[in-house]
Amino acid sequence: MASTPAPASAFDYAPAPESRSVVDIAPSYGLFIDGEFTEAAGGKVFKTVSPSTEEVLSEVARAGAEDVDRAVKAARKAFEKWSALPGSERAKYLFRIARIIQERSRELAVLETLDNGKPIRETRDADLPLVAAHFFYYAGWADKLDHAGYGANPRPLGVAGQVIPWNFPLLMLAWKIAPALATGNTVVLKPAETTPLSALFFADVCRQAGLPRGVVNILTGYGDAGSALVGHPDVDKVAFTGSTAVGKAIARQIAGTDKRATLELGGKGANIVFDDAPVDQAVEGIVTGIFFNQGQVCCAGSRLLVQESVHDEVLHALKRRLTTLRLGDPLDKNTDIGAINSAEQLARITALTETGEAEGAERWTAPCELPSTGYWFAPTLFTGVTQAHTVARDEIFGPVLSVLTFRTPDEAVAKANNSQYGLSAGIWTEKGSRILAVANKLRAGVVWANTFNKFDPTSPFGGYKESGYGREGGRHGLEAYLDV
Amino acid sequence: MPTTAPSSEPSTASARGAGSLADVTGSDSALRRFLHGLPGVDAVGLEARAAALGTRSIKTTAKAYAIDLAISMIDLTTLEGADTPGKVRALAAKAVHPDPTDRTTPRTAAVCVYPDMARTAVAALAGSGVKVASVATAFPAGRAALDVKLADVRDAVAAGADEIDMVIDRGAFLSGRYLKVYEEIVAVKTECGPARLKVIFETGELSTYDNIRRASWLGMLAGADFIKTSTGKVATNATPANTLLMLEAVRDYREQTGVQIGVKPAGGIRTSKDAIKFLVLVNETAGEDWLDNRWFRFGASSLLNDLLMQRQKLSTGRYSGPDYVTVD
Repeated sequence: MASTPAPASAFDYAPAPESRSVVDIAPSYGLFIDGEFTEAAGGKVFKTVSPSTEEVLSEVARAGAEDVDRAVKAARKAFEKWSALPGSERAKYLFRIARIIQERSRELAVLETLDNGKPIRETRDADLPLVAAHFFYYAGWADKLDHAGYGANPRPLGVAGQVIPWNFPLLMLAWKIAPALATGNTVVLKPAETTPLSALFFADVCRQAGLPRGVVNILTGYGDAGSALVGHPDVDKVAFTGSTAVGKAIARQIAGTDKRATLELGGKGANIVFDDAPVDQAVEGIVTGIFFNQGQVCCAGSRLLVQESVHDEVLHALKRRLTTLRLGDPLDKNTDIGAINSAEQLARITALTETGEAEGAERWTAPCELPSTGYWFAPTLFTGVTQAHTVARDEIFGPVLSVLTFRTPDEAVAKANNSQYGLSAGIWTEKGSRILAVANKLRAGVVWANTFNKFDPTSPFGGYKESGYGREGGRHGLEAYLDV
Repeated sequence: MPTTAPSSEPSTASARGAGSLADVTGSDSALRRFLHGLPGVDAVGLEARAAALGTRSIKTTAKAYAIDLAISMIDLTTLEGADTPGKVRALAAKAVHPDPTDRTTPRTAAVCVYPDMARTAVAALAGSGVKVASVATAFPAGRAALDVKLADVRDAVAAGADEIDMVIDRGAFLSGRYLKVYEEIVAVKTECGPARLKVIFETGELSTYDNIRRASWLGMLAGADFIKTSTGKVATNATPANTLLMLEAVRDYREQTGVQIGVKPAGGIRTSKDAIKFLVLVNETAGEDWLDNRWFRFGASSLLNDLLMQRQKLSTGRYSGPDYVTVD
């Protein structure tokens, strides 16, 4: 069934959709400032749509500079009391938030899938458990900061301005808010304009947890609101996850101020498969590396470096595996590949893949039928790619894998490092000494061995080069919110 | 059913391909080199994949189809020291009419008995289309001289068994005497005549996934028609992970040789939910060509009643209970 479409199987799985009625979506939402939902000062609103159906889900307030100022003032005011609380008291709130997230995880998983387009399998089995785990993990640190390795009584920075992307809306919120609150900071967070709903749901979770007013403020809006937040003179710390272009703009914007910053930016992760790799598991790892969340992952293993001697074998196994991927309704529990987050993103992916073809890389597309509405892109491979091709250099941020070959471990390392990015890498080999030797030479924040895209709150995450600076997660993630 | 399919990418066959397969069984060292040259198995990754496939949600028409398919794949088994002709005849009757209240219920694939019961089973199943499988070769330990094992097989075949389930010499395998294991399988296969040969690895005793992959290839090279996880007599029997691994092996073997081999997980599969998870593994690993009782079997006895109760639930909308299925 490699090239011709397979006949309808007798064992076609019947649809198994998760009910969307488990979550209530209001027709409109305001900004969450100082514990209250309020309209934007300018009265502006925008719509958020479901990427799989293009259905309008809700209308949310569009924050402007005036709203940013109000939110930062609220956070500043709340900071006095919040930072003065004993760590064990802050921990109680964080544990409570974590438990509420667990209790309401089905609602949140459905909401995230509707707003983002990723499959319910991922929101249910990956995003939500990790979100809760991050709050639990940093709740545990809140009363142990004296023992984090930064000396006695390390102090919080103040007000954190946080801007997060649309690929993991709730998980990125957790990565940002949990360590900030644990260390005694207060936050103003701006979710991406295409995925505001789970952050607004989180505002409700904060109220349910009885979190003091102003400790968490959520401003929905566009880049102008993000820029106003980052540039606000009373913001002490900027945390951003998103594209390298915006990251650079932020770095320029805050240069010369005393704001601290962590930037988690783009990537072009190398996934290196040696000739002695466990082939079947490597294929699974390649699939997880680039087709998880439709490839819209900054640490995606989007460059497959495969040893020449096993290239044909690995590619054959990979293509065979990709023909079994199920693309479609993200709310169906059997869906592996959901929708691309927005029309703009789909256009970007399409343009970059056209460049790949024009430059002579060979394109192969998995035989998936694409739904007629919504934003979809079938899993795609480029073979015959070299370092000189655009698809080997630029981050595509979609389900597109570029396949390159190498002959020796040194060549693999040289090619893996020959990138303006350095966020993640993977090594596949049965030889333990090779894992250690190669991992030491890779310029990447995370190196996975015989696995890919595995996350854990205890493990620091961050990049080299244009993938940004600073670390989130683990004990290292505390440092970014402490005056040390 | 297609019995063979051409390799879609012959280039992958060079290293471990059809041409070299005949050579690798020439000596113990050649066989060892070949088996140890197979790609390794990462245990964490294998189990994660098996678990992920276990989360497929199978509902309505797909579930009805899967339940009937699973029933038709069962080797209804009794392997007790206390087996009597009466017990075997009762089992045979159940294999032919699993649910006396619903004659649309498919028959099981086979009835599986010890060799001394094969004649009774053959008589009871005459004309039904249900096969008789017999566990020969000093089952379940396999600790007997080769001529004793071969005599055991001859006995079962003479009694009319359609299928022979043999155990491999795990001791020889674990001590690296692969050629001995290979030659035993070849000898048994010869003795089988027209009967199909299922080779049981007892994966729980082989212990590592690398060993299970090597045993799978060894069995296929030696002429197994089926490769089977286990006897059902040890602590660890069929698991989603070891079955997934064996499905990968038969898939790869067919791509390289064009020869299709069946897979039979045995022992410990008791519920419809578990059985459906195994069918998902078949569907998404080896492919739909294996979704047929010629190529996939369940070695199970208690599984059948749970499938029947689920089947009744689908047709009536209500759960019945253990008294609505037969105890045989």
